[in-house]
Amino acid sequence: MSANGPYQGAIDCDIHPRVPTPQTLARYMDDHWRDTVEVRGIEAWDSISYPPNAPLTSRPDWRKADADAEPAKLTEATLDRFGFAHALCNSLFAVQFFRDENLAAAFARALNDWLAAEWLDKDPRLRGSVVLPIQSVERSVDEIERRAADRRFVQVLLLAMGEQPLGKSMYWPIYAAAERHGFTVGIHAGSSYHHALTSSGWPSYYLEDYAAQALGFQAQLASLICEGVFVKYPKLKVVLIESGVTWLPPSLWRLSKFWRGVRLEVPWLDRSPEQFARDHIRLTIQPFDAPPSPAQIGRIMDQLQSDEMLLFATDFPHWQFADDAMLPAGLSPALTRKILIDNPLAAYPRLGRP
Amino acid sequence: MPRHVVAKAAEIPPGSRKLVQVAGRDIVIFNISGELFALSDKCPHKGGSLSRGKLSGAVTASQPGQYHYSRPGEIIRCPWHAWEFDVRTGRSWCDPQRMRLMNYAVSVEPGAKLVEGPFTAETFAVSVEDAYVVIETK
Repeated sequence: MSANGPYQGAIDCDIHPRVPTPQTLARYMDDHWRDTVEVRGIEAWDSISYPPNAPLTSRPDWRKADADAEPAKLTEATLDRFGFAHALCNSLFAVQFFRDENLAAAFARALNDWLAAEWLDKDPRLRGSVVLPIQSVERSVDEIERRAADRRFVQVLLLAMGEQPLGKSMYWPIYAAAERHGFTVGIHAGSSYHHALTSSGWPSYYLEDYAAQALGFQAQLASLICEGVFVKYPKLKVVLIESGVTWLPPSLWRLSKFWRGVRLEVPWLDRSPEQFARDHIRLTIQPFDAPPSPAQIGRIMDQLQSDEMLLFATDFPHWQFADDAMLPAGLSPALTRKILIDNPLAAYPRLGRP
Repeated sequence: MPRHVVAKAAEIPPGSRKLVQVAGRDIVIFNISGELFALSDKCPHKGGSLSRGKLSGAVTASQPGQYHYSRPGEIIRCPWHAWEFDVRTGRSWCDPQRMRLMNYAVSVEPGAKLVEGPFTAETFAVSVEDAYVVIETK
Protein backbone atom coordinates (compact mmCIF):
# COMPACT_ATOMS: atom_id res chain seq x y z
CA MET A 1 0.00 0.00 0.00
CA SER A 2 1.46 3.30 -1.03
CA ALA A 3 1.22 6.48 0.96
CA ASN A 4 -1.24 7.68 -1.69
CA GLY A 5 -3.68 4.89 -0.93
CA PRO A 6 -7.29 5.22 0.23
CA TYR A 7 -6.32 5.97 3.83
CA GLN A 8 -3.93 8.82 3.09
CA GLY A 9 -4.38 11.59 5.64
CA ALA A 10 -6.74 9.56 7.82
CA ILE A 11 -6.92 10.08 11.57
CA ASP A 12 -6.84 6.83 13.49
CA CYS A 13 -8.86 7.51 16.64
CA ASP A 14 -7.99 4.36 18.57
CA ILE A 15 -4.63 2.64 18.84
CA HIS A 16 -3.07 0.88 21.80
CA PRO A 17 0.59 1.05 22.70
CA ARG A 18 1.55 -2.12 24.54
CA VAL A 19 0.47 -1.89 28.18
CA PRO A 20 3.54 -1.00 30.27
CA THR A 21 4.57 -2.93 33.37
CA PRO A 22 4.32 -1.37 36.84
CA GLN A 23 8.14 -1.30 36.92
CA THR A 24 8.23 0.77 33.73
CA LEU A 25 5.71 3.22 35.14
CA ALA A 26 7.56 3.39 38.47
CA ARG A 27 10.34 5.25 36.63
CA TYR A 28 7.86 8.10 36.15
CA MET A 29 6.82 8.25 39.82
CA ASP A 30 8.15 10.27 42.72
CA ASP A 31 10.30 8.60 45.39
CA HIS A 32 7.43 7.52 47.60
CA TRP A 33 5.40 5.82 44.90
CA ARG A 34 8.46 4.31 43.20
CA ASP A 35 9.37 2.73 46.55
CA THR A 36 5.79 1.63 47.05
CA VAL A 37 5.78 -0.33 43.79
CA GLU A 38 9.02 -2.04 44.84
CA VAL A 39 8.28 -2.57 48.53
CA ARG A 40 4.79 -3.92 47.94
CA GLY A 41 6.05 -5.99 45.03
CA ILE A 42 3.50 -4.75 42.51
CA GLU A 43 4.99 -6.81 39.71
CA ALA A 44 1.97 -7.25 37.49
CA TRP A 45 -1.24 -5.30 37.11
CA ASP A 46 -2.83 -6.77 34.03
CA SER A 47 -6.41 -6.21 32.96
CA ILE A 48 -8.44 -9.26 32.06
CA SER A 49 -10.12 -7.17 29.36
CA TYR A 50 -7.47 -8.27 26.86
CA PRO A 51 -5.89 -11.58 27.94
CA PRO A 52 -2.44 -11.85 26.31
CA ASN A 53 -3.22 -14.95 24.24
CA ALA A 54 -6.79 -14.08 23.24
CA PRO A 55 -7.07 -13.78 19.44
CA LEU A 56 -8.67 -10.34 19.80
CA THR A 57 -5.73 -8.93 21.73
CA SER A 58 -3.36 -8.78 18.77
CA ARG A 59 -3.67 -9.42 15.06
CA PRO A 60 -1.36 -12.34 14.15
CA ASP A 61 0.93 -10.36 11.84
CA TRP A 62 1.21 -7.53 14.36
CA ARG A 63 1.76 -10.02 17.18
CA LYS A 64 4.56 -11.66 15.20
CA ALA A 65 6.18 -8.30 14.45
CA ASP A 66 5.83 -7.09 18.05
CA ALA A 67 4.26 -4.09 16.37
CA ASP A 68 2.76 -2.50 19.49
CA ALA A 69 5.99 -2.67 21.48
CA GLU A 70 7.59 0.61 20.40
CA PRO A 71 6.75 3.69 18.33
CA ALA A 72 9.01 2.81 15.39
CA LYS A 73 7.38 -0.59 14.93
CA LEU A 74 3.89 0.82 15.37
CA THR A 75 4.38 3.57 12.84
CA GLU A 76 5.89 1.14 10.36
CA ALA A 77 2.87 -1.18 10.71
CA THR A 78 0.21 1.52 10.43
CA LEU A 79 0.98 5.23 10.01
CA ASP A 80 3.81 4.90 7.47
CA ARG A 81 2.15 2.05 5.65
CA PHE A 82 -1.21 3.75 5.12
CA GLY A 83 -0.27 7.40 5.31
CA PHE A 84 -2.33 8.28 8.38
CA ALA A 85 -1.99 11.89 9.50
CA HIS A 86 -2.47 11.09 13.19
CA ALA A 87 -3.08 8.19 15.52
CA LEU A 88 -4.60 8.59 18.97
CA CYS A 89 -2.98 6.45 21.67
CA ASN A 90 -5.36 5.04 24.27
CA SER A 91 -3.44 3.48 27.17
CA LEU A 92 -5.11 0.44 28.67
CA PHE A 93 -2.99 0.04 31.80
CA ALA A 94 -5.59 -0.78 34.46
CA VAL A 95 -5.45 2.39 36.55
CA GLN A 96 -9.19 1.97 37.11
CA PHE A 97 -8.76 -1.31 39.08
CA PHE A 98 -7.11 0.18 42.15
CA ARG A 99 -9.23 0.61 45.26
CA ASP A 100 -6.80 3.17 46.69
CA GLU A 101 -7.43 6.49 44.95
CA ASN A 102 -3.99 7.79 45.88
CA LEU A 103 -2.30 4.82 44.24
CA ALA A 104 -4.62 5.20 41.24
CA ALA A 105 -3.69 8.87 40.90
CA ALA A 106 0.04 8.03 41.11
CA PHE A 107 -0.29 5.42 38.37
CA ALA A 108 -2.43 7.70 36.21
CA ARG A 109 0.18 10.48 36.41
CA ALA A 110 2.96 8.02 35.62
CA LEU A 111 1.02 6.46 32.76
CA ASN A 112 0.28 9.79 31.11
CA ASP A 113 3.86 10.97 31.54
CA TRP A 114 5.15 7.65 30.19
CA LEU A 115 2.91 8.04 27.11
CA ALA A 116 4.22 11.55 26.50
CA ALA A 117 7.88 10.58 26.91
CA GLU A 118 8.02 7.19 25.27
CA TRP A 119 5.44 7.57 22.51
CA LEU A 120 4.32 11.13 21.78
CA ASP A 121 7.88 12.48 21.92
CA LYS A 122 8.98 9.85 19.40
CA ASP A 123 6.66 10.68 16.52
CA PRO A 124 4.93 14.01 15.84
CA ARG A 125 1.88 12.27 14.37
CA LEU A 126 0.96 10.54 17.61
CA ARG A 127 -1.66 11.98 19.93
CA GLY A 128 -2.72 10.87 23.40
CA SER A 129 -5.59 10.41 25.83
CA VAL A 130 -5.27 11.46 29.45
CA VAL A 131 -6.17 8.41 31.52
CA LEU A 132 -8.12 9.54 34.59
CA PRO A 133 -8.01 8.05 38.10
CA ILE A 134 -11.79 7.92 38.12
CA GLN A 135 -11.82 6.60 41.71
CA SER A 136 -11.56 10.29 42.67
CA VAL A 137 -13.29 13.07 40.76
CA GLU A 138 -11.03 15.66 42.39
CA ARG A 139 -7.85 13.84 41.35
CA SER A 140 -9.25 13.30 37.87
CA VAL A 141 -9.74 17.05 37.53
CA ASP A 142 -6.18 17.58 38.82
CA GLU A 143 -4.86 15.26 36.13
CA ILE A 144 -6.81 17.08 33.41
CA GLU A 145 -5.41 20.41 34.60
CA ARG A 146 -1.89 18.99 34.80
CA ARG A 147 -1.98 17.77 31.20
CA ALA A 148 -4.01 20.58 29.63
CA ALA A 149 -1.03 22.60 28.43
CA ASP A 150 0.26 19.70 26.33
CA ARG A 151 -1.83 19.98 23.17
CA ARG A 152 -0.80 16.50 22.06
CA PHE A 153 -3.32 15.18 24.59
CA VAL A 154 -6.68 15.60 22.90
CA GLN A 155 -8.99 13.40 24.99
CA VAL A 156 -9.66 12.24 28.53
CA LEU A 157 -10.23 8.52 28.85
CA LEU A 158 -12.81 6.60 30.87
CA LEU A 159 -14.05 3.01 30.75
CA ALA A 160 -17.47 1.73 29.71
CA MET A 161 -18.07 0.10 33.11
CA GLY A 162 -17.06 1.77 36.36
CA GLU A 163 -18.27 2.72 39.80
CA GLN A 164 -21.39 4.73 38.90
CA PRO A 165 -23.22 5.70 35.70
CA LEU A 166 -21.10 8.43 34.14
CA GLY A 167 -23.93 10.96 33.80
CA LYS A 168 -24.26 11.36 37.59
CA SER A 169 -23.61 14.88 38.79
CA MET A 170 -20.71 13.73 40.97
CA TYR A 171 -18.72 13.41 37.72
CA TRP A 172 -19.62 16.83 36.33
CA PRO A 173 -16.42 18.57 37.48
CA ILE A 174 -14.59 16.24 35.06
CA TYR A 175 -16.83 17.34 32.18
CA ALA A 176 -16.48 20.99 33.19
CA ALA A 177 -12.68 20.69 33.11
CA ALA A 178 -12.76 18.77 29.81
CA GLU A 179 -15.02 21.33 28.18
CA ARG A 180 -12.96 24.23 29.55
CA HIS A 181 -9.78 22.88 27.92
CA GLY A 182 -11.38 21.56 24.74
CA PHE A 183 -10.82 17.91 25.62
CA THR A 184 -13.10 15.30 24.12
CA VAL A 185 -14.33 12.64 26.54
CA GLY A 186 -13.50 9.12 25.37
CA ILE A 187 -15.22 6.07 26.83
CA HIS A 188 -13.36 2.90 25.96
CA ALA A 189 -14.54 -0.71 26.24
CA GLY A 190 -13.42 -2.08 29.58
CA SER A 191 -14.38 -2.34 33.20
CA SER A 192 -12.98 -1.49 36.59
CA TYR A 193 -14.24 -4.97 37.53
CA HIS A 194 -15.56 -3.43 40.74
CA HIS A 195 -19.06 -4.45 39.73
CA ALA A 196 -20.29 -7.49 37.83
CA LEU A 197 -20.15 -7.12 34.06
CA THR A 198 -23.85 -7.80 33.69
CA SER A 199 -26.71 -6.61 35.88
CA SER A 200 -27.47 -10.27 36.59
CA GLY A 201 -24.02 -10.96 37.95
CA TRP A 202 -20.71 -12.29 36.73
CA PRO A 203 -20.53 -14.22 33.46
CA SER A 204 -18.24 -17.24 33.11
CA TYR A 205 -16.39 -16.65 29.88
CA TYR A 206 -14.25 -14.08 28.13
CA LEU A 207 -16.67 -14.23 25.21
CA GLU A 208 -19.45 -13.00 27.48
CA ASP A 209 -17.20 -10.31 28.93
CA TYR A 210 -16.38 -8.81 25.57
CA ALA A 211 -19.96 -9.05 24.27
CA ALA A 212 -21.27 -7.41 27.45
CA GLN A 213 -19.26 -4.27 26.74
CA ALA A 214 -22.05 -3.12 24.39
CA LEU A 215 -24.45 -3.19 27.37
CA GLY A 216 -22.05 -1.04 29.34
CA PHE A 217 -21.96 1.51 26.55
CA GLN A 218 -25.76 1.57 26.32
CA ALA A 219 -26.05 2.32 30.03
CA GLN A 220 -23.47 5.12 29.85
CA LEU A 221 -25.13 6.65 26.79
CA ALA A 222 -28.51 6.70 28.55
CA SER A 223 -27.01 8.13 31.73
CA LEU A 224 -25.08 10.93 30.00
CA ILE A 225 -28.14 12.01 28.02
CA CYS A 226 -30.82 11.64 30.73
CA GLU A 227 -28.84 13.28 33.53
CA GLY A 228 -28.46 16.36 31.33
CA VAL A 229 -24.68 16.36 30.86
CA PHE A 230 -25.08 17.81 27.36
CA VAL A 231 -27.51 20.46 28.58
CA LYS A 232 -25.00 21.51 31.22
CA TYR A 233 -21.94 21.21 28.94
CA PRO A 234 -23.23 21.95 25.43
CA LYS A 235 -19.80 21.95 23.80
CA LEU A 236 -18.90 18.49 25.06
CA LYS A 237 -18.35 15.61 22.63
CA VAL A 238 -18.23 12.02 23.88
CA VAL A 239 -16.59 9.29 21.80
CA LEU A 240 -17.58 5.68 22.39
CA ILE A 241 -14.44 3.72 21.57
CA GLU A 242 -14.44 0.07 20.52
CA SER A 243 -18.16 -0.15 21.23
CA GLY A 244 -19.25 -2.18 18.16
CA VAL A 245 -21.43 0.71 16.85
CA THR A 246 -24.47 -1.14 15.51
CA TRP A 247 -26.25 -1.54 18.86
CA LEU A 248 -26.80 2.22 18.78
CA PRO A 249 -29.92 2.68 16.56
CA PRO A 250 -32.18 0.22 18.44
CA SER A 251 -30.92 1.52 21.77
CA LEU A 252 -31.72 5.13 20.80
CA TRP A 253 -35.07 4.07 19.41
CA ARG A 254 -36.00 2.54 22.76
CA LEU A 255 -34.72 5.51 24.74
CA SER A 256 -36.55 8.05 22.58
CA LYS A 257 -39.75 6.02 22.49
CA PHE A 258 -40.09 5.81 26.27
CA TRP A 259 -38.92 9.40 26.74
CA ARG A 260 -42.19 10.52 25.13
CA GLY A 261 -44.20 9.03 27.99
CA VAL A 262 -41.95 9.94 30.93
CA ARG A 263 -40.49 13.24 29.74
CA LEU A 264 -41.65 14.85 32.99
CA GLU A 265 -38.77 13.14 34.81
CA VAL A 266 -36.16 14.88 32.67
CA PRO A 267 -37.72 18.15 31.47
CA TRP A 268 -34.24 19.61 30.77
CA LEU A 269 -34.13 17.43 27.65
CA ASP A 270 -35.43 19.97 25.16
CA ARG A 271 -35.10 17.48 22.30
CA SER A 272 -35.28 13.73 21.91
CA PRO A 273 -32.50 11.48 23.24
CA GLU A 274 -31.63 10.46 19.70
CA GLN A 275 -31.13 14.10 18.75
CA PHE A 276 -28.82 14.57 21.74
CA ALA A 277 -26.89 11.52 20.58
CA ARG A 278 -26.53 12.88 17.05
CA ASP A 279 -25.30 16.21 18.44
CA HIS A 280 -22.87 14.92 21.07
CA ILE A 281 -22.01 11.23 20.65
CA ARG A 282 -19.36 9.88 18.29
CA LEU A 283 -18.27 6.28 17.77
CA THR A 284 -15.04 4.74 16.51
CA ILE A 285 -15.61 2.42 13.60
CA GLN A 286 -13.69 -0.68 14.74
CA PRO A 287 -15.15 -3.07 15.58
CA PHE A 288 -18.28 -2.63 13.43
CA ASP A 289 -20.74 -5.39 14.33
CA ALA A 290 -22.62 -6.11 11.09
CA PRO A 291 -22.75 -8.56 8.21
CA PRO A 292 -20.22 -7.64 5.49
CA SER A 293 -22.96 -6.71 3.02
CA PRO A 294 -23.08 -3.21 1.56
CA ALA A 295 -26.90 -3.32 1.58
CA GLN A 296 -27.04 -4.12 5.30
CA ILE A 297 -24.46 -1.48 6.11
CA GLY A 298 -26.40 1.07 4.06
CA ARG A 299 -29.46 0.36 6.18
CA ILE A 300 -27.49 0.85 9.38
CA MET A 301 -26.14 4.16 8.10
CA ASP A 302 -29.73 5.23 7.32
CA GLN A 303 -30.77 4.31 10.85
CA LEU A 304 -28.02 6.46 12.34
CA GLN A 305 -29.55 9.43 10.46
CA SER A 306 -26.21 11.21 10.58
CA ASP A 307 -23.02 11.09 8.56
CA GLU A 308 -21.07 12.84 11.31
CA MET A 309 -21.08 10.26 14.09
CA LEU A 310 -18.50 7.72 12.92
CA LEU A 311 -14.77 8.17 13.41
CA PHE A 312 -12.08 6.14 11.72
CA ALA A 313 -10.08 3.78 13.94
CA THR A 314 -8.03 0.64 13.49
CA ASP A 315 -8.12 -0.44 17.16
CA PHE A 316 -4.50 -1.51 16.53
CA PRO A 317 -3.21 -4.04 17.55
CA HIS A 318 -6.57 -5.64 18.39
CA TRP A 319 -7.70 -8.05 15.69
CA GLN A 320 -10.88 -6.50 14.29
CA PHE A 321 -10.40 -6.86 10.51
CA ALA A 322 -8.45 -8.86 7.94
CA ASP A 323 -5.96 -7.48 5.43
CA ASP A 324 -6.57 -3.78 4.88
CA ALA A 325 -10.37 -3.85 5.15
CA MET A 326 -10.52 -1.19 7.84
CA LEU A 327 -13.92 0.22 6.85
CA PRO A 328 -17.31 -1.48 6.39
CA ALA A 329 -18.15 -2.31 2.78
CA GLY A 330 -20.15 -0.02 0.54
CA LEU A 331 -19.58 3.42 2.08
CA SER A 332 -19.73 6.27 -0.45
CA PRO A 333 -16.52 8.20 -1.20
CA ALA A 334 -17.99 11.31 0.43
CA LEU A 335 -18.91 9.46 3.63
CA THR A 336 -15.54 7.69 3.65
CA ARG A 337 -13.76 11.03 3.54
CA LYS A 338 -15.87 12.30 6.46
CA ILE A 339 -15.18 9.20 8.55
CA LEU A 340 -11.45 9.22 7.82
CA ILE A 341 -10.72 12.92 8.26
CA ASP A 342 -13.53 15.47 8.75
CA ASN A 343 -15.43 13.75 11.56
CA PRO A 344 -12.31 13.13 13.69
CA LEU A 345 -11.26 16.75 13.25
CA ALA A 346 -14.71 17.93 14.34
CA ALA A 347 -14.80 15.52 17.29
CA TYR A 348 -11.38 16.52 18.63
CA PRO A 349 -11.04 20.32 18.83
CA ARG A 350 -7.51 19.98 20.26
CA LEU A 351 -6.35 18.06 17.19
CA GLY A 352 -6.41 21.07 14.93
CA ARG A 353 -5.88 20.84 11.22
CA PRO A 354 -2.97 18.53 10.40
CA MET B 1 -68.16 25.03 7.37
CA PRO B 2 -70.83 23.04 9.20
CA ARG B 3 -71.47 24.18 12.76
CA HIS B 4 -72.76 21.78 15.36
CA VAL B 5 -74.47 22.42 18.66
CA VAL B 6 -72.97 19.81 20.95
CA ALA B 7 -73.77 20.69 24.56
CA LYS B 8 -75.28 23.20 26.90
CA ALA B 9 -72.55 25.57 28.10
CA ALA B 10 -73.42 24.75 31.71
CA GLU B 11 -72.46 21.09 31.12
CA ILE B 12 -68.75 21.99 30.72
CA PRO B 13 -67.82 24.28 33.62
CA PRO B 14 -64.22 25.48 34.11
CA GLY B 15 -61.84 22.58 34.84
CA SER B 16 -64.09 19.99 33.22
CA ARG B 17 -64.21 18.20 29.90
CA LYS B 18 -66.81 16.49 27.75
CA LEU B 19 -66.55 13.94 24.98
CA VAL B 20 -68.98 14.54 22.11
CA GLN B 21 -69.67 12.88 18.77
CA VAL B 22 -69.96 15.18 15.79
CA ALA B 23 -70.41 13.99 12.22
CA GLY B 24 -68.94 10.60 13.13
CA ARG B 25 -65.94 12.06 14.96
CA ASP B 26 -65.02 11.84 18.64
CA ILE B 27 -64.18 15.30 19.89
CA VAL B 28 -63.18 16.25 23.42
CA ILE B 29 -63.98 19.73 24.73
CA PHE B 30 -61.94 21.16 27.60
CA ASN B 31 -62.87 24.20 29.65
CA ILE B 32 -59.73 25.88 31.01
CA SER B 33 -60.71 28.78 33.28
CA GLY B 34 -63.65 29.66 31.09
CA GLU B 35 -61.89 29.17 27.74
CA LEU B 36 -63.10 26.27 25.57
CA PHE B 37 -60.87 24.08 23.42
CA ALA B 38 -62.07 21.29 21.12
CA LEU B 39 -59.65 18.56 20.03
CA SER B 40 -59.80 15.23 18.32
CA ASP B 41 -60.21 12.69 21.12
CA LYS B 42 -58.04 10.07 19.45
CA CYS B 43 -54.35 10.02 20.32
CA PRO B 44 -52.38 9.98 17.03
CA HIS B 45 -49.98 7.45 18.56
CA LYS B 46 -52.20 4.40 19.15
CA GLY B 47 -55.70 5.82 19.46
CA GLY B 48 -56.17 6.23 23.22
CA SER B 49 -59.11 8.38 24.27
CA LEU B 50 -57.73 11.70 25.51
CA SER B 51 -60.99 12.51 27.29
CA ARG B 52 -59.95 9.87 29.83
CA GLY B 53 -56.44 11.30 30.30
CA LYS B 54 -55.02 13.33 33.19
CA LEU B 55 -54.58 17.07 32.90
CA SER B 56 -51.34 18.44 34.26
CA GLY B 57 -49.12 21.51 33.96
CA ALA B 58 -46.26 22.25 31.58
CA VAL B 59 -42.97 21.11 33.12
CA THR B 60 -39.83 22.71 31.75
CA ALA B 61 -36.23 23.21 32.91
CA SER B 62 -33.37 25.42 31.89
CA GLN B 63 -30.84 23.31 33.83
CA PRO B 64 -30.63 19.66 34.89
CA GLY B 65 -32.29 19.16 38.27
CA GLN B 66 -34.64 22.12 37.96
CA TYR B 67 -38.39 21.72 37.51
CA HIS B 68 -40.44 24.71 36.42
CA TYR B 69 -44.18 24.09 36.63
CA SER B 70 -46.48 26.42 34.70
CA ARG B 71 -49.84 26.50 32.91
CA PRO B 72 -51.60 24.13 35.36
CA GLY B 73 -54.35 22.08 33.74
CA GLU B 74 -53.35 22.91 30.16
CA ILE B 75 -51.51 19.72 29.23
CA ILE B 76 -53.47 16.52 28.60
CA ARG B 77 -51.70 13.18 29.02
CA CYS B 78 -52.96 10.21 27.01
CA PRO B 79 -54.19 7.46 29.38
CA TRP B 80 -52.40 4.77 27.36
CA HIS B 81 -48.74 5.86 26.97
CA ALA B 82 -48.78 9.26 28.72
CA TRP B 83 -47.80 11.29 25.69
CA GLU B 84 -48.42 14.97 26.43
CA PHE B 85 -50.51 17.32 24.28
CA ASP B 86 -51.00 21.05 24.64
CA VAL B 87 -54.73 21.62 25.03
CA ARG B 88 -54.43 25.11 23.53
CA THR B 89 -52.83 23.96 20.27
CA GLY B 90 -53.31 20.19 20.04
CA ARG B 91 -49.59 19.78 19.47
CA SER B 92 -47.69 16.97 21.18
CA TRP B 93 -44.88 18.01 23.47
CA CYS B 94 -42.25 15.63 22.10
CA ASP B 95 -42.92 15.90 18.38
CA PRO B 96 -45.03 19.04 17.91
CA GLN B 97 -44.61 19.33 14.15
CA ARG B 98 -45.57 15.82 13.14
CA MET B 99 -47.63 14.49 16.04
CA ARG B 100 -50.66 16.66 16.79
CA LEU B 101 -54.38 16.54 17.43
CA MET B 102 -56.86 18.10 15.03
CA ASN B 103 -58.33 21.13 16.72
CA TYR B 104 -61.73 22.68 16.04
CA ALA B 105 -63.14 26.15 16.39
CA VAL B 106 -65.46 26.16 19.38
CA SER B 107 -67.66 28.91 20.79
CA VAL B 108 -70.55 29.56 23.15
CA GLU B 109 -73.66 30.93 21.48
CA PRO B 110 -76.95 32.10 22.96
CA GLY B 111 -79.90 29.86 22.22
CA ALA B 112 -81.80 32.76 20.71
CA LYS B 113 -79.22 33.07 17.97
CA LEU B 114 -79.06 29.32 17.34
CA VAL B 115 -82.77 29.04 16.77
CA GLU B 116 -82.33 31.23 13.71
CA GLY B 117 -79.92 28.69 12.11
CA PRO B 118 -78.05 27.49 10.12
CA PHE B 119 -76.87 25.23 12.95
CA THR B 120 -77.14 21.48 13.35
CA ALA B 121 -78.41 20.42 16.75
CA GLU B 122 -78.13 16.68 16.35
CA THR B 123 -78.91 15.39 19.77
CA PHE B 124 -81.12 17.78 21.62
CA ALA B 125 -83.49 20.65 21.36
CA VAL B 126 -82.26 24.22 21.71
CA SER B 127 -84.11 26.69 23.88
CA VAL B 128 -83.79 30.45 23.59
CA GLU B 129 -83.04 30.87 27.28
CA ASP B 130 -79.82 28.84 27.43
CA ALA B 131 -76.28 29.16 26.04
CA TYR B 132 -74.77 26.38 23.95
CA VAL B 133 -71.37 25.06 22.89
CA VAL B 134 -70.93 25.11 19.11
CA ILE B 135 -68.20 23.32 17.17
CA GLU B 136 -67.20 24.05 13.61
CA THR B 137 -66.03 21.04 11.57
CA LYS B 138 -63.72 21.51 8.65
